[in-house]
Amino acid sequence: MNLSDFTHSAYIAGLLGGLLIGIAAALFVLLNGRIAGISGILAGLLQAETWRVLFLLGMAAAPFVYQMASSLPPVTIEAGTAQLIIAGLLVGLGTSYASGCTSGHGVCGISRGSIRSIAATLTFMMAGIITVYLTRHLIGL
Amino acid sequence: MLNINAFVVGLLFGLGLIISGMTDPSKVIGFLDLAGAWDPSLAFVMGGAILVGAGAFTLAKKRQRSLLGAPMQLSSATELDKGLLIGSLVFGIGWGLSGFCPGPAVVSAAAGQPKAWIFVASMLAGMALYVMIDRRGK
Repeated sequence: MNLSDFTHSAYIAGLLGGLLIGIAAALFVLLNGRIAGISGILAGLLQAETWRVLFLLGMAAAPFVYQMASSLPPVTIEAGTAQLIIAGLLVGLGTSYASGCTSGHGVCGISRGSIRSIAATLTFMMAGIITVYLTRHLIGL
Repeated sequence: MLNINAFVVGLLFGLGLIISGMTDPSKVIGFLDLAGAWDPSLAFVMGGAILVGAGAFTLAKKRQRSLLGAPMQLSSATELDKGLLIGSLVFGIGWGLSGFCPGPAVVSAAAGQPKAWIFVASMLAGMALYVMIDRRGK
């Protein structure tokens, strides 16, 4: 049996992956005293701290480690180049102004009961849902 | 030790993103597409992560220093300011347009997806733009 058979149910896969993300965030706050927020770690890269580089190298190693057990799950990126460039700029700017993204606010912030993070998560989820509605069902991008 | 743990945490986080399905933008868009063929499975990702995280953060909040002696760096801000709300709104629009948020984009870029490279480069440009605007305002 390989890993993809075991995780073939999207719900079990989601839960397992989520538990692993939770364990990672727990280890980081309990051992390093820090929030595992990816946008913040990326945005701080200019400060050239070793731990930021190592955290990102660990993330970058994940697909290669995963491939030792199973082939990577298929990925479909529907957005075209222009759409990706605009989306990237919005995500970079937005997460900077909001001081966090899906990991920092959505996972760590909600886990510690932060009102700011709950508000941020509700806001970006709602914005994402409305954007998908407009692009998919009204404009047809 | 702190640096080794940073690498291990990054690796576990990345594996969690791959296993959960978060690294597939079409799946993320399916999760956000309430009016279409809604795929609720990604709600279990946040649920599972918070299930573990809530216990760890409850413990962390009571401490001044981490188990390895590092200062506990948790934000004490409580104000729902404009930056938080407008920033999250702008982030959500970009997330919905692409299906990428920062973590999965980094993992997909490392896996060699050319489109993820475009997204990550643009996202870093957006972060740099913020630093420039922020410095000018001060």
